[in-house]
Amino acid sequence: MSGRLVTIGALAIAAVFVGALMFWQMPRWTSRATPHASAAPSPIAPAPSGRKIKARLFYIADDGVRLTSVERDIAYGEGALEQAREIVAAQIAPVVEPLVSAVPPGTTLRAVFLTKGGEAYVDLSRELTTAHPGGTLNELLTIYTIVNALTVNLPAVTSVQVLVDGKEVDTLAGHIDLRQPLAKNLSWIQ
Amino acid sequence: MALLSKDGRRAVPLAMVGDQEFVALDDLASAFQLAVREDALGAITVSYKGKTIVLTPDQALASVSGRLISLPAPPSRSGRRWLVPVEFVSRALGLIYDARLDLRKPSRLLVIGDVRVPRLTLRYDTQLNAGRLTIDASPRASSTVTQDGDHLTIKFDADALDVANPPLPPPGPQNLVTAVRVVDATTIAVDLGPRFTGFRSTSQQVETAARLAIDLVAQADATPPPTPPPPPPDIPPAFGQTSSAIHTIAIDPGHGGDDDGVRSAGGLKEKDLTLAVARRAKAAIETRLGLRVLLTRDDDRNVPLDERTSMANNNKADLFISLHANASMRPSTSGLTVFCAAFDKDAAQAASAGGSERLPTFGGGSRDIEMVPWDLAQTRHIDQSETFAQLLEQQFQIRVPLASRPIDRAPLRVLESANMPAVLIELGYLSNADQAKAIAGDGFQNNVAQAIYDAIVRYRDSIGGTR
Repeated sequence: MSGRLVTIGALAIAAVFVGALMFWQMPRWTSRATPHASAAPSPIAPAPSGRKIKARLFYIADDGVRLTSVERDIAYGEGALEQAREIVAAQIAPVVEPLVSAVPPGTTLRAVFLTKGGEAYVDLSRELTTAHPGGTLNELLTIYTIVNALTVNLPAVTSVQVLVDGKEVDTLAGHIDLRQPLAKNLSWIQ
Repeated sequence: MALLSKDGRRAVPLAMVGDQEFVALDDLASAFQLAVREDALGAITVSYKGKTIVLTPDQALASVSGRLISLPAPPSRSGRRWLVPVEFVSRALGLIYDARLDLRKPSRLLVIGDVRVPRLTLRYDTQLNAGRLTIDASPRASSTVTQDGDHLTIKFDADALDVANPPLPPPGPQNLVTAVRVVDATTIAVDLGPRFTGFRSTSQQVETAARLAIDLVAQADATPPPTPPPPPPDIPPAFGQTSSAIHTIAIDPGHGGDDDGVRSAGGLKEKDLTLAVARRAKAAIETRLGLRVLLTRDDDRNVPLDERTSMANNNKADLFISLHANASMRPSTSGLTVFCAAFDKDAAQAASAGGSERLPTFGGGSRDIEMVPWDLAQTRHIDQSETFAQLLEQQFQIRVPLASRPIDRAPLRVLESANMPAVLIELGYLSNADQAKAIAGDGFQNNVAQAIYDAIVRYRDSIGGTR
């Protein structure tokens, strides 16, 4: 009898833990899964409450061949590394029309690393390649969305190398050389 | 595919299976009086006058009167019909058939028996007040040239003509020739422009071909047309130029194998389109310029990027042309783009600081070898790459739609290691339904092949003997 009580108690604790976890994570999942549900007129989901900074994020311009920048409030990060993480997380978050993201849907941020030399290593999930539509232009815009999001907003970051699933990759879809960090390139911005 | 024989011409449909052209066995049976039988084990026996060819499904081999020959692909079933690679005709059927079978795959032509069908390659070169139309006929066929009002008529002594290369380019600013067209089975017409004043034709034998050269003369003091096409390159092609600073061209059809590249909504694959255009360009360049053309892949397989560049470097190619098709998240985006490689400042400095190393040579002695990092080989050729890109743009803009920025730079992996002038051509956007349809068409692909051909001619002439 006492063994059964211990089991029930353990299950209850586990249920509370899972419930708490869902309570914490649910708003984020919900905002990703149903961006249209946002009451705000802005096509970008509002930043979480708390201290914020303004950042320029990049999306595909109307002409389809360049990026356009949009200023938005994003969460403040303590230090360059944490701020870089917040910027990339905001940049790859889903958007709704009229904005179009050059980052494939489903891509998530795994990690960001910064070196003393100003190089940032952005580790993204495999959807960056598996869900990529291909084409040189799409690949260029995907890469320079990430590269410019960090180099434009964080003066401490001078170049960015994109990693996929924790590994260095040659290219995303057979075109752009990703074997070394890429510097800011504003020629791809309108 | 057209079948040409003494009895006339008849068409046999071709089908694409993957990247391979196939023909139905029952169509061949009807055309060549063959008997086709499939046994219980699945083997297909093709009989002709007591001789047999045995095909086995899933095997790219055929037994022809007991002798094994290879085919580019196994037979393929389509409903109740069996399809065989078109090479079956020349490699298998040709061995048992009692008339000669001459398969001309680029022209989709099968010449049966003793029919005179010379293959014609045409080239038009311009000068300030003159132009030369050169037509090579192989096997040799004599011809006569007459002027009938506003056009020249070229009549060949043959049963039919096999016009190998894409349509000739527009005449440029001269207004000497407005079109060259095939009139009937043995006749070509040259439509003359308003500045035409006279012509002279000469014939000579060149290796296995008969070469007809028609020199056309324009009015020297004519007023140029009000809206001339784009300006010609700095140094126009010269008549009779035989020495060439360019010997080998590497053409790289992008993607392949399990890497489809971009796929259009209608199912077109980038890998198929790039290969189709590469083959057309290769045919035009080889037959009309006599240059060696390497394809980094000539079938549907995935070739690593470094291997593509290695092939060009190891064969000392003089130009590297990578072919791709683009995609955009905006469906309306369209147009062709020519890319050159881009390097950051650090990379360029690293390349120039590569230095040299003294290494021993065969037969004794030593010499300085310039050391350039593999990934930065292209840095030394960027200026020439951009020159070639501009020549390509000039040729493309009179033939196909261009993107808003037709020449661009990007850190393209396949170009960085190319140790020769190198460009990457994005043919257009498969994400744009109309453009995808156009890119798959013969007209577009011929125009691209012709533009590449013309840009190479002009590039060759612009660098003269400097290489």
